[in-house]
Amino acid sequence: MSTSTDALPPGALPQGGRPVDPSHLGHRNDATAAEREYTGAGAGGPAPKRIVVGYGFWIFILSDVILFATLFATYAVLAGNRAGGPGPHALFDLRNTAEETVLLLFSSFACGMASLAVARRNLLWTQVTLLITGLLGAGFLVLESGEFARMVSRGAGPTHSAFLSAFFTLVGCHGLHVTAGLLWLGTMMAQFWAKGFRQNIRHRFLCFTLFWHALDIIWVGIFSLVYLIGEVLP
Amino acid sequence: MSSPHGLDATSDPRSDVGSSVGADRLPGEPAEAGPGVLASELRSYLLGLALALLLTGAAFWALHTHLIYGPGIMMAIVVLAVAQMGVHLVFFLHLTSAPDNINNTLALAFGVLMAGLLIFGSVWVMNHLNHNMLPMQELIRMQP
Repeated sequence: MSTSTDALPPGALPQGGRPVDPSHLGHRNDATAAEREYTGAGAGGPAPKRIVVGYGFWIFILSDVILFATLFATYAVLAGNRAGGPGPHALFDLRNTAEETVLLLFSSFACGMASLAVARRNLLWTQVTLLITGLLGAGFLVLESGEFARMVSRGAGPTHSAFLSAFFTLVGCHGLHVTAGLLWLGTMMAQFWAKGFRQNIRHRFLCFTLFWHALDIIWVGIFSLVYLIGEVLP
Repeated sequence: MSSPHGLDATSDPRSDVGSSVGADRLPGEPAEAGPGVLASELRSYLLGLALALLLTGAAFWALHTHLIYGPGIMMAIVVLAVAQMGVHLVFFLHLTSAPDNINNTLALAFGVLMAGLLIFGSVWVMNHLNHNMLPMQELIRMQP
């Protein structure tokens, strides 16, 4: 019997085909067609905890991206207001920026390797790759704080001009995120060591990898829009 | 009597497996371990790393090249940055357009819309404001 797809109730499965609602927003997809007919996409109860935790953290990451977008917008508007002080061209050392970029990129890569090790329940490789991730992240923070210290000692601190206030807020906020990420990373290493690959620990670790990759994506914006474009601005 | 679908996520072992039956996949989540999976995942991460390094190098190179029209360098850097963000999303966060990723991609699209409105909207409005204001010297000269 041929039933046209749009005649089915919402959430029902067409014969032998894919679900009508392939995005099954937040719900399990293994409910039977009869269950869907009576209860809609909510059949079978809420989504598994893994999905709820991970998706919720993804939403948090996106809200953090919006936070950074406001700081980027502030910086873009204020970048020209130097109050007679030095501009990006006189202040930024692009060699330092390139080194920071490479450190953070390899740190993100090592974090991906750690997620592969966790998926295979390999404690040694998990700890080794997480340690590398943390050391590279710490190297990034050392370079960044060195740069901040040099700028402040030259009299170009955040109080000097609107441009410098916006710069220190944006880049410093990213640095604070990396610091918090390092603390979290140390906690994850300790928990894997003490508690093993328990389900809730793996959920936490999934959130951590999301956080760490997102920080690298934001750094791409910072090194391009602040450091490189600062170089071509008048 | 407990629910046949295991509402209690901690006691039912099926709850952690349930979604891999055919529901959502999370960003950054590795695939189930199996033969050949490790090699293909490693290849994906290495490809992402190589592409990201290439795009970073290209952005630093674009700064000092004479191959690009001077005022266009800024646009080239923005394009390279957006491309590299895409590389990170695809190869490190494994974001795809498959049905099991639609929730993630839709949320991301909303985040990108908000970020774009904030950044481009602010720059646009503030530039027009500066453009339509009297220069500061004129304002000072107009004081009695």
